[in-house]
Amino acid sequence: MFSYYLKLACKSIKRNPILSALMVMAIALGIGASITTITVNYLMSADPIPQKSKQLFYVQVDSWDPNDAYSDNSDDVSPPPNQLTWTEATNLMAASKAFRQAAMAKSGGIIEPQDQDAKPFEASIRLTFADFFSMFDVPFIYGSGWDQQTDTKRDLVVVLSKNTNDKVFGGENSVGRNFVMAGNTFRVLGVMDDWQPVPKFYDIGNGAFDTPEEVYMPFYLKEELELPNWGNVNCWKTPEGEGFKAFLRSECINFQMWVELPNQAEQAQYLAFLDNYVAEQKSLGRFPRPLNNRLSDVMTWMETQKVVDQDAKLMMWLSFMFLLVCLLNTVGLLLAKFSGKAAEIGLRRAVGASKTELFKQHIIEAGCIGLLGGVVGLGLAALGLQGVKSLYGDFVDNLASLDASMMILALSLAIFSSVLAGLYPTWRACNIAPASQLKSQ
Amino acid sequence: MLNMIDVKKVFRTALVETHALKDFNLHVKEGDFVAVTGPSGSGKTTFLNIAGLLETFDGGKFELDGQDVSHLNDKQRSRLRNEKIGFIFQSFNLIPDLNLFDNVDVPLRYRGFNSAERKKRIEQSLDMVGLAQRMKHLPSQLSGGQQQRVAIARALAGEPRFLLADEPTGNLDSQMATSVMDLLKEINRNGTTIIMVTHDPSLAQQAKRNIFVRDGMVSEVTMPAASAATCSMA
Repeated sequence: MFSYYLKLACKSIKRNPILSALMVMAIALGIGASITTITVNYLMSADPIPQKSKQLFYVQVDSWDPNDAYSDNSDDVSPPPNQLTWTEATNLMAASKAFRQAAMAKSGGIIEPQDQDAKPFEASIRLTFADFFSMFDVPFIYGSGWDQQTDTKRDLVVVLSKNTNDKVFGGENSVGRNFVMAGNTFRVLGVMDDWQPVPKFYDIGNGAFDTPEEVYMPFYLKEELELPNWGNVNCWKTPEGEGFKAFLRSECINFQMWVELPNQAEQAQYLAFLDNYVAEQKSLGRFPRPLNNRLSDVMTWMETQKVVDQDAKLMMWLSFMFLLVCLLNTVGLLLAKFSGKAAEIGLRRAVGASKTELFKQHIIEAGCIGLLGGVVGLGLAALGLQGVKSLYGDFVDNLASLDASMMILALSLAIFSSVLAGLYPTWRACNIAPASQLKSQ
Repeated sequence: MLNMIDVKKVFRTALVETHALKDFNLHVKEGDFVAVTGPSGSGKTTFLNIAGLLETFDGGKFELDGQDVSHLNDKQRSRLRNEKIGFIFQSFNLIPDLNLFDNVDVPLRYRGFNSAERKKRIEQSLDMVGLAQRMKHLPSQLSGGQQQRVAIARALAGEPRFLLADEPTGNLDSQMATSVMDLLKEINRNGTTIIMVTHDPSLAQQAKRNIFVRDGMVSEVTMPAASAATCSMA
């Protein structure tokens, strides 16, 4: 009977094209608005590295002002700073207590392409350690990252993003070739494949939805080449002295650190190590605040840093309210449509259709209208996401796209909503007294 | 076969209580052709709706084919209606956007027949009413008489024991009415019991038995002359 009811639904939809179109559009508008906001929220809160998000931990130690706790946008009243000082980043890396670890910072410089006709351009740099690539499962098309010896030897080597390699080397295998940036010549060790974690969890403070950096080089080259600070730098105390070295020795925070700890025992051990490290620093006159060290896994870190914007959540709930209004309109339209079918319903009852069969027939019709509304709604959602892109620019490029799961969600939500909206009109239709309709036609 | 004993039906509104049937008694045998006549508002259609299980009743006893129908639920009534009763209405009640094949198919769908069985029955019943060649036509492409024939084919496709007809020729001219009436008589000769509500005395005369309804009760039962003659000759 399902296929029969589908056929009847199609005929019924064609019978009242204007009424059907109104219902489809009402559902489509609601679905389009909902899916647009759900997509943005879904991508904002997605797990960017599901295979190991429970094993990767962001490191925080509280080296902040004794009289004024650090404050960020988290709900915590006295959170530890959300970045590390150079001293902590280098000390913790030197201790090498985790299975994998990578301190990091953002910087930038001018790239000078080898092609004399090509113009120099500015690019972002991620200064980090060898484990960065294996810890975050970074894919390569040519070569690989550097090894741990290179970290300490401060070799002038780089890993390029695919986009940078395309721009500078025309997409060729550039491993072993020279690469000039910030006035220095580097040797290319590897070229990454497309890698776009959304959100960009490893450095939320510098734009959770920005594209990853274009060039990657060993962390200590920051000190060696005096590379500039990009991103947020916060200090609770003025650096003692002038210049770059003074900044590195200061209590200013500009560095992030991630560790990979495969099991709970290693996590507990690492936290104990952090406590011991801070105790040691306290004995040296640093870390004036109470012990407040944190290890946050990927999803916890994104949650505490409120990667999903409150406004985005509010927009999502508003869009659900809009969907509800659209559904109420659909209820009215379905009531009108099914009332117009009273004679047919009476006839079907007379020839043997039970109320249950009529309920199935009409709820399937409501579902078909919902499916059509869902398809049109997907188109509207795509337009809505384009609107979000044009409103906010490149910042949201990585958020504003529909994937297969969102498409399935859109169609399921549309069908569920229309079936829900169809319940009352269908119930009314099933309870039409057949005798009154058969005589009056 | 159809047995009503003291059946009552009351329609109530906030202000008015209307006794549509009062102690309605009727016994219809298998193979009978009963014409129900009476003035407007006498309860003819109410009787037909109760007989066709389209309406419930408020008192008395009603047995259809030996089965007491008073305590059946909606599903059981629908099944009984589908299997044992065929309806013909004054206004044909064809579904306008379904072709003749699909219109006749409607009751068979609820019967649960497979596709081959449904096709066979639809073709047979449309053939019987002389419209087998037009099964892909829409109702709007047919004359009134042809539409009523389709309605008859739809009623007969499930091979019901009873055919309930409410003014089956009310919307037809006299020539078409005669043709439809001839068809009903032929159906009755083939063994289907027919109960027909009509205002037209000439049509009622062609039935085997006439009952006259007044004020919600059977006031008179007669044997038309034609039937009586047929009986006496037999």
